[in-house]
Amino acid sequence: MDFSVFFQPAFSGGGTYLDWVLSGIQWTLLVSILGWVIAFTVGSVLGVLRTTQRVVLRAPATLYVEVFRNVPLLVQMFIWYFVLPEIVPRALGDWMKTQMPMPEFWNAVLCLGFYTASRVAEQVRSGIQSIPRGQTYAGLAMGLTQPQVYRHVLLPMGYRIIIPPLTSEFLTIFKNSSVALTIGVLELTAQARQISEYTFRTFEVFTVATVVYVLITLTVTVAMRALEGKVRVPGYLGPAGR
Amino acid sequence: MIAIKNVSKWYGEFKVLAGCTTQIEKGEVVVVCGPSGSGKSTLIKCVNGLEPFQEGEILVDGISVGGRKTDLPKLRSRVGMVFQHFELFPHMKVLENLTLAQVKVLGRTPEAAIEKGLRLLERVDLSAHKDKFPGNLSGGQQQRVAIARALCMDPIAMLFDEPTSALDPEMINEVLDVMVELAQEGMTMMVVTHEMGFARKVAHRVIFMDSGRIVEDAPKEEFFGTPRSERAQLFLSKILQH
Repeated sequence: MDFSVFFQPAFSGGGTYLDWVLSGIQWTLLVSILGWVIAFTVGSVLGVLRTTQRVVLRAPATLYVEVFRNVPLLVQMFIWYFVLPEIVPRALGDWMKTQMPMPEFWNAVLCLGFYTASRVAEQVRSGIQSIPRGQTYAGLAMGLTQPQVYRHVLLPMGYRIIIPPLTSEFLTIFKNSSVALTIGVLELTAQARQISEYTFRTFEVFTVATVVYVLITLTVTVAMRALEGKVRVPGYLGPAGR
Repeated sequence: MIAIKNVSKWYGEFKVLAGCTTQIEKGEVVVVCGPSGSGKSTLIKCVNGLEPFQEGEILVDGISVGGRKTDLPKLRSRVGMVFQHFELFPHMKVLENLTLAQVKVLGRTPEAAIEKGLRLLERVDLSAHKDKFPGNLSGGQQQRVAIARALCMDPIAMLFDEPTSALDPEMINEVLDVMVELAQEGMTMMVVTHEMGFARKVAHRVIFMDSGRIVEDAPKEEFFGTPRSERAQLFLSKILQH
């Protein structure tokens, strides 16, 4: 094993292969974190809609979830990048093909975000539905409106309840971001493949990539644990006496 | 104050309320009792519109609860409700539970809401617990907080839905004491309970329900003297023999 390969001058770009790795890490983080912002926001709205009494709100949210969670991520990636520009209005399609800045990057972000949103939505729904009906009654009985009940009663508890599965989802988006390499985003896995092709140091290169992924996800895990402890409700959730 | 006229309600095919009619005057304390499944909890939840009903009419202070144009949140904010399982919001401190609706529904300033909340906590003898979370209080304490929370809204009437049924025997009295005090101050109260001692002490009238029907609606003395219906006699003989 020879890790000195990372300090050799790279085939192109003027830096070392370490610079390629660092650049890959940067794109992995950018795609994942921006994707997560979309996933969390859209997923929360959809999750809430799926718990409402009104069919006109619930049905579209259900349709969304069933479509986005049942089509393979890889297929969705291709649809965003190759198919979408062909089926949107002509002018928009042309703009996407010729003038859109960093089209691979933004399509990857949107794809990951909207795909993960369907999974976040289901978790938000399960969190809300695990709260006893009496809590909603209590909120309504004191004169809060339905949206206020969600804002002040259901969501604060619902989010706390789903922190553990939500952590898994957050970790998954970092790992799923590697699928973006299929449409040309030079994220960590893509860079690792590229370096291994130029240097034939496959073992070393993928060892480093693996370690980096694990470091990223462990950091997220620790951060989410800390969050879980910070928002824990005394006398209610989580292991007793902690 | 509260007029219930011919109210019927179905869950699918099953008739839970069958033509219930009664009236509660200002300052009157009415106890509703009956075997489980008789519809008493459903009836009280209809009074502030937490449960919809298909037939009949309920007027609270002259306003129709089921009316299309009725501002339900506003009407509910004027009627306090206390639940079997307390339904305090577990993620909020005791004082926050008391101020939430005052600020969000009545538009009071946080300072005014806190002042009012502290005064009512004092009244239920729980000032020392204002910064605790509900999960750290005993059942009896939680229910007293819940009563204080409802009183913060300056209600014109109070609804109690089996307020002592979920409590350990030793805590029942501390809650009943608060309720007796309220009754003696002239609060209009509708109380679903099996506490016949409470009924004897402060109720003006007792309503007995069975299979969704109001079987007996009599002044206290008459009800405990000789109920007219056999069903009520049987019920009383079962719960009063000890």
